[in-house]
Amino acid sequence: MTYLAKPKLHHPSLKPNKVGFTRRDYEGRISTLCAGCGHDSISASIIQACWELDIEPHRVAKLSGIGCSSKTPDYFLGQSHGFNTVHGRMPSVLTGAYLANSELLYMGVSGDGDSASIGIGQFVHCMRRGVNMVYIVENNGVYGLTKGQFSATADAGSKSKKGVVNTDSPIDLVSLALQLGASYVARSFSGDKTQLVPLIKAAIHHRGAAFIDVISPCVAFNNHAGSTKSYDYVREHNDSVNFLDVIEHRNPIEATQPDDGSLIEVAQHDGSVLRLRKTDPDYDPRDRIGAMNFIARHQAQGEVVTGLLYVDPDARDFHQHLGTVETPLNKLGTADLCPGGTALDKLNASLR
Amino acid sequence: MIQATNDFVIKFANVNGSGSASANELFAKAILRMGVPVSPRNIFPSNIQGLPTWYEVRVSEAGHLGRRGGVDLMVAMNPQTWATDVAEIESGGYLFYDSTKPLPPSAFREDIQVIGMPLTMLCVKHYNDPRQRQLLKNVLYLGGLSTLLGIEPDVVEKLLAEQYQGKPQLAQPNIDAFRLGRQWAADNLQPIGLKVRRADNVGDRIFVDGNTAAGLGCVYGGATVCAWYPITPSTSVAEAFEKYARKFRTTAEGEKKYAIVQAEDEIASIGMVVGAGWNGSRAFTATSGPGVSLMTEFIGLAHFAEIPATIINVQRGGPSTGMPTRTQQADVLACAYASHGDTKHVLLFPEDPFEAFEQSAAALDLADRLQTPVFVMLDLDIGMNQRLCKPFAWDEQRQYDRGKVLDFEELESGRPFGRYRDVDGDGIPFRTYPGTHPKRGAFFTRGTTKNVDAGYSERGPDYLENVHRLVRKFVTARGLVPQPVVTSARQPTRVGVLFYGSTSPAMHESAQRLASEGLGIDLMRIRAYPFPESVRDFVLAHDHVFLVEQNRDAQLRTLLINEYGLNPAHIQPILHYDGTPITARFISRAIRDHLDRIADLEGRAA
Repeated sequence: MTYLAKPKLHHPSLKPNKVGFTRRDYEGRISTLCAGCGHDSISASIIQACWELDIEPHRVAKLSGIGCSSKTPDYFLGQSHGFNTVHGRMPSVLTGAYLANSELLYMGVSGDGDSASIGIGQFVHCMRRGVNMVYIVENNGVYGLTKGQFSATADAGSKSKKGVVNTDSPIDLVSLALQLGASYVARSFSGDKTQLVPLIKAAIHHRGAAFIDVISPCVAFNNHAGSTKSYDYVREHNDSVNFLDVIEHRNPIEATQPDDGSLIEVAQHDGSVLRLRKTDPDYDPRDRIGAMNFIARHQAQGEVVTGLLYVDPDARDFHQHLGTVETPLNKLGTADLCPGGTALDKLNASLR
Repeated sequence: MIQATNDFVIKFANVNGSGSASANELFAKAILRMGVPVSPRNIFPSNIQGLPTWYEVRVSEAGHLGRRGGVDLMVAMNPQTWATDVAEIESGGYLFYDSTKPLPPSAFREDIQVIGMPLTMLCVKHYNDPRQRQLLKNVLYLGGLSTLLGIEPDVVEKLLAEQYQGKPQLAQPNIDAFRLGRQWAADNLQPIGLKVRRADNVGDRIFVDGNTAAGLGCVYGGATVCAWYPITPSTSVAEAFEKYARKFRTTAEGEKKYAIVQAEDEIASIGMVVGAGWNGSRAFTATSGPGVSLMTEFIGLAHFAEIPATIINVQRGGPSTGMPTRTQQADVLACAYASHGDTKHVLLFPEDPFEAFEQSAAALDLADRLQTPVFVMLDLDIGMNQRLCKPFAWDEQRQYDRGKVLDFEELESGRPFGRYRDVDGDGIPFRTYPGTHPKRGAFFTRGTTKNVDAGYSERGPDYLENVHRLVRKFVTARGLVPQPVVTSARQPTRVGVLFYGSTSPAMHESAQRLASEGLGIDLMRIRAYPFPESVRDFVLAHDHVFLVEQNRDAQLRTLLINEYGLNPAHIQPILHYDGTPITARFISRAIRDHLDRIADLEGRAA
């Protein structure tokens, strides 16, 4: 945590992106989270991803629930509208916002208490519906703001700072999202920006429900020996299945690309290409059932599988399911929406 | 025996799921088409098939649409409820039943006229298909009743033809069954004292239920997002919205200018409404008491974050798991003060489907203008029963009032923006929609911990400034909501009666009766909370003030006393809450009794 505001003057070497914004334009207010909190690294990754993708900040709507993670939307994209909603209920608010205007980019930030406990119902149903959004859970296995209670993602057998051993089975949000029909599912680690930034960028390009579970150690309450969400534990048990590059527009595949099956290219609906360099030959992120099995098998061995775990590039989103007009609903006026007096007269006649 | 023309109550006792509902509705409509006002009421169980259900039709040429109480003619088609149904008939009344199976004399009463028609036998004789035997039995008794009561056959046959328009294979058997019933009754039954005679008292009024009207009102009012969760008795609001939106808001290409989502629960419903409202769409949900309970955390957030939301609450018997298919006005306090912290919300009280339409559309405007949740307080009695009312009206010039929203041009021109600043002195700040301007107008929305510019603040003075502005906004609302309607007695009177919502027809009938007995009363129909000052003035202008409500605890009275610091002893509650709609008889008796008691006390004191 720092009390020193960054200088307002931009460094001359800070170059603007294609839409004229420097990286600083994507920052928010100064974080009030603990020094070393994984969540701040995630905010930094979001900032970097949006800057690199030339997204105009005001075209992003950022929503959250309640908790440490849910405070973070104040700390990135200061020129975007943000909404700190109700504990566990960000998904429904985001869904409503997305229904009102399909043209904005919706970024939902939540925590493991928010999404796996009080709000698990809303998490479940917004994944099912295919709401077009990037849903990031900053997962530390612990309630930070209320000082260290276990959350529902804490592994059985892990030990709290006070020495209590958790006996409840953990909820794995990634497995859940896969089962529920999320069309983009990834897991990463807040300490690994090189992995996380491309995953966020690909999620932004994805049309449909994109879910990223980011293990984000809590330096205050869950970074000790015996915790399975500490920096040390995750670094030791991280099993990354692929490295991702996001190519904004399809380039012709170069002849020099290896053709040994270690490279997968997935074209997204908007023309971007996800280039995945496989580090595990058994893993195909286009195979949902295979992904679920793989994750379950490795989980049983105590490994945290990270990377792009599943993607359906042809997914349809909720507006497509509903069959709504292309014009955002919030731009329709009286003339578009009101059937008028003549129609009402006819209707009256039918009610006599 | 009772002799009455165009003024009686007939009640159908049926088994639900037997197809009786459409035949009974046809009966009511036929009388309407003869120019005689009717008001039917469904009394139904929370069940799909096999339990008792009743349909009570009040025929009233004078146009009284409230429930009268008592039954002149019982159509007893349900053996399960035979005893209570027979017992409910007024002395001198009539019992119509299926006489296929003989019943012992002990099943009847001496003081009523019994009319037996062997419906099952006739069905078995004329139809082979078991489904037909059941459905056409209803049409058979319709035929029999039409003969007895003098309902014009052409009117019924036209209605049957309209009902089965485009399905001649269904229309003809129904018309045949109707004629069969008519003929059998003409050949075998004695005339009775109840008659329907053609009149001209319906005019251009329409016959529709309040939920349909509210759903249509949301289409006309410009709602583009509806998020809801099924709950009796509100479900048909969302269904009506979908039906009319599909009809009126589908483009030639088949694309929809609306989104309707059946959410996973009421919490998600209101969450979606809040999200859509925050993002500049008009959004609403329809629910009932238990749903409101689940929504309260969000309603509080919307109040403090100042986000428009329209909530149509079709009230039912409380508490939540109590009487889901009965009517009450028992959510008044729960809605007015919904949520934790100091919260107050705007409530509208429609009296009939006409106002359900009008106020649903108005609620969407008010929610935008005031940037706050607005409740439309329907109840089961108006929501789920068809009611005769004025035809829906819409001014072609009317434009939606989207309230104080700064658009791109205004932001670009450098107009200053502070999300929670009271620039006009009416307590209503300006807002911006997400995505409006690249550099200006963005803010972070949260509950209470904020300053006037929406920056994070836990300072006391910032909190006070905000909640005091919200009070100013609520005072502004008094002038924007539908104003009360006063009906004055012919002569100046010391008695004033306040009422609201579905109590309206019973109240007006009661006032008429009392006036004819020499007791003039002034009426004020409250149409909204926060109460305009005229409500307080009405109370202060009368020595004897009654407030008629359909709940146990006189909830609106509490609200009124609270709001204006009125003397509780000055406002006498009249309360009806057994789940049935209030009657004129009940109100008149309560007013009389109270005034007699006071006269008695004053007499003794003197």
